[in-house]
Amino acid sequence: MKVRYFAWMKRTVGLAEEQVEPPADVRTIADLVAWLRARSAGHAEALAEGAAFGAAIDHRTAPFDAPLAGAQEVAFFPPFTGG
Amino acid sequence: MTVRVQEEDFDVGAELERLTQANKRIGGLTVFVGLVREMHMREGLHRDRIDALTLEHYPGMTEKALEEIEAEAHQRWPLEATLIVHRYGRLAAGDRIVLVAAGSPHREAAFEACAFLVDWLKTKAPFWKLEDTAAGEKWVGAHEGDAEAAARWEGKAKA
Repeated sequence: MKVRYFAWMKRTVGLAEEQVEPPADVRTIADLVAWLRARSAGHAEALAEGAAFGAAIDHRTAPFDAPLAGAQEVAFFPPFTGG
Repeated sequence: MTVRVQEEDFDVGAELERLTQANKRIGGLTVFVGLVREMHMREGLHRDRIDALTLEHYPGMTEKALEEIEAEAHQRWPLEATLIVHRYGRLAAGDRIVLVAAGSPHREAAFEACAFLVDWLKTKAPFWKLEDTAAGEKWVGAHEGDAEAAARWEGKAKA
């Protein structure tokens, strides 16, 4: 699946997007967050426990317990500040 | 119902003209225009003026989110027309950021729907502001008042 990062998370991770193949036991967004943290110091910092960020699955905001089954694109981002 | 996400500026008069000419049942049209305001930020001993910002968004999700917010407004109020135009990219103080318009046969629905669209857009559409200051770049934090403003419409959700 493709994982995308926005705003300050993109700077902290050091990537706008990446292709990942998480193992089968990564079933939810929360699982994916924990798994991604191990990829680099930047990932660990951006996705740290207690950091204020949200997620979307295939362009739709999703809670952290949302299942990843069939997901093509998962995005992580800070709270929205448009308008 | 129209949603546009674009880098270029928009002409408020021309946009409203197009909206009302296309539908003569509109009796009241309310409009919100969001602008980049000049701000002063104090951090420690430094005091910076913010002259510009860059708006980032999530192409694909942004349009979908705005269309859902617009559809929700049409579910809640008897609207004849709505329009959301949101810019992205680098914007200077005084530049227009967003145009929201709601047209209805009567003014109450138009006023309420316009406020609803702006409140939900701020908290549910994937945009992020990066401020340019003399000291460098700074990502804008979410404003607590925005979440409260968006939440006041949650209780009024349709049954």
